[in-house]
Amino acid sequence: MPLLSVENLKTYFYTRAGTVRAVDGVSFDLESGKTLGIVGESGSGKSVTCYSILGLVPQPPGRIVGGRALFAGVDLLACSKEQLRKIRGKRISMIFQDPMTSLNPYLRISEQLMEPLLVHERISRKHALNRAVTSLEEVGIQDAGRRVHFYPHEFSGGMRQRVMIAMALISRPEILIADEPTTALDVTVQAQILELIKQRQRELGLAVAFITHDLGVVASFCASVKVMYAGRIVEAGLTREIFARPCHPYNAALQQSIPALHEKGKPLFTIAGLPPDLSKPIPGCPFAPRCAYMLPKCQQTPVRLQGVTAHHETACLRFQVGEIGDLRHPLASVTA
Amino acid sequence: MSIETATVVPDAPVIQEAKLASGTSLWQDAWYRLQRNRLALGSLVFFCMMAVVCVLGPLFTGYTYEQTELSLKASAPLEPIIERTESVKNGAPRRSYLGLSSIEDEFLEKSPEERQAVVARIKRGEVVREDRFSYHLTRLKHRFGTDALGRDLLTRVLVGGQISLAVGFAATLVSVVIGVLWGAVAGFLGGKVDTVMMRLVDILYAMPFTVIVILLMVTFGRNFILLFVAIGAVEWLTMARIVRGQIISLKHQEFVEAAVSLGLSERTIILRHLIPNVLGPVIIYTTLTVPDVMLLEAVLSFLGLGVPPPMSSWGALLDDGARTMETSLWLLVFPALFFSSTLFSLNFLGDGLRDALDPKSSKD
Repeated sequence: MPLLSVENLKTYFYTRAGTVRAVDGVSFDLESGKTLGIVGESGSGKSVTCYSILGLVPQPPGRIVGGRALFAGVDLLACSKEQLRKIRGKRISMIFQDPMTSLNPYLRISEQLMEPLLVHERISRKHALNRAVTSLEEVGIQDAGRRVHFYPHEFSGGMRQRVMIAMALISRPEILIADEPTTALDVTVQAQILELIKQRQRELGLAVAFITHDLGVVASFCASVKVMYAGRIVEAGLTREIFARPCHPYNAALQQSIPALHEKGKPLFTIAGLPPDLSKPIPGCPFAPRCAYMLPKCQQTPVRLQGVTAHHETACLRFQVGEIGDLRHPLASVTA
Repeated sequence: MSIETATVVPDAPVIQEAKLASGTSLWQDAWYRLQRNRLALGSLVFFCMMAVVCVLGPLFTGYTYEQTELSLKASAPLEPIIERTESVKNGAPRRSYLGLSSIEDEFLEKSPEERQAVVARIKRGEVVREDRFSYHLTRLKHRFGTDALGRDLLTRVLVGGQISLAVGFAATLVSVVIGVLWGAVAGFLGGKVDTVMMRLVDILYAMPFTVIVILLMVTFGRNFILLFVAIGAVEWLTMARIVRGQIISLKHQEFVEAAVSLGLSERTIILRHLIPNVLGPVIIYTTLTVPDVMLLEAVLSFLGLGVPPPMSSWGALLDDGARTMETSLWLLVFPALFFSSTLFSLNFLGDGLRDALDPKSSKD
């Protein structure tokens, strides 16, 4: 029984330009103590997926038009604002991309750390302050007893992200949603923050949903991965298998675009074309127009995820019928 | 790097350490910047002194704002004052005061030479008796002179200052409270609520203010409270617009999303997270609203719609002064001096606060 089970989530935005299907039928499960990576390029709907679960999608223009998100027997998508508020920050917490702007510049760190405790628990301010200091120590901030009274602008970016993590974990949630938590940080700090999340996860038995566009981070950090494209999951499975045997051409192309894996002197690989316009309905595979293996039927026939192995699914039509096989280094010739 | 250079700078970190002990808020930073702005700081000190003088001053002038002395009307500043005592049969002597310049008029029946002699004796401080009257020079002084009803101008200017400042601050406070809450709620909730709330603001904006005030005054009579209400009702509109704009730009910041994701209620988010972040612009606009409101009060008083006499306000005094400025200029000069210097100081303070609270926009 998974801790959180998202089924067929659909979040649309009703804009003047039309209905944007930002998330179009996404399903995944989160389990205690496990990390799920959600990968995809900008605009693939990975953030909106997580925002939808916590009811953070601005409505209007956004609306959750379908699906369920079962958490402890409650459908998060259908429960009242009041119910959701009791879950947010208490049982499901979130950390954000930019630590420079996710703390209120006018409040002391202590005030902001104590906030979730004072909201969700019957606790005195004195007690809450003690917990705040402890939580800062837990995320590796030295001299926490003094620094807890600082203002955000007196902290560096990495320290602020540590504070954000402390804040998200202070009320001991069961799920942590991390929305590109290391994107705005430099590489050395990135590694420290990842290590910190991992460590806290071990200590608290957290389920972590890790949103990122960095495949390198996914490879080292997540047990399983969902690869998203144009609001849909195109490939899913254990990280090991996703990397060892990419079955969807998009996943393959994405891995090929990692600069570090590239031969020196050769131009970097890019996926030709642009992501599709989500305000137009996409009957078939959303990646088809950019796909080197595209057949006319790909654009017409609806595809669903189908198992490749017990822990690996793909939504490529041609792979499913066995027309294409190993995609490990397939596209070099196509772009050359 | 030698050891010597390392020992040269031992105290710099110590000072920092002390300052960092509890963290410096952005407000403290702004206060440091304001202190460096001499003009603004001077204005702040001046303004505080003005307020203290207006509140406490009337206790020490020796006169009340409504005490008339018809025989001493329009006496110039610092003119010597003569006490005239008239003995009355079967009663207490009647006492009244005259200005030195009008003393000759008392002895019109005498010949010019005799008149000169009497006046000279009075000036020397002798007690002069004529019929039932006795005259003697007093040490009383009206430092700013008196008005057309013989009231002490200094007292009236100070009491008028109390009224003007009170109107200025009370109406501003009303407008800030209403404006900030209105703008914050409209901006944060957005959508239809925002549309309805802001259209209401637009409608009120479109109403001709003076006409409304005249109508209010005609319907309910001239009333101090009404003055607050009328001014406050107009001034909050701009504040609401400013705050709404700021809130809209703030509410998509990640710290607001973070607050939502931590399960905070909308009320807490508005009051604890959004409003403190818009206080900078609010404070700046407030310091510029106070002089605005005081001017508005002056305009209304000038039109005869201000505080009812005998109460005074700077606007009402200016109105009086403007009427008599050909004969008694001081009635215009003193209120104008107090009023304009206060307005200046508030405006300088507002400018200084803007630079202090928004360092990015300052010139240097």
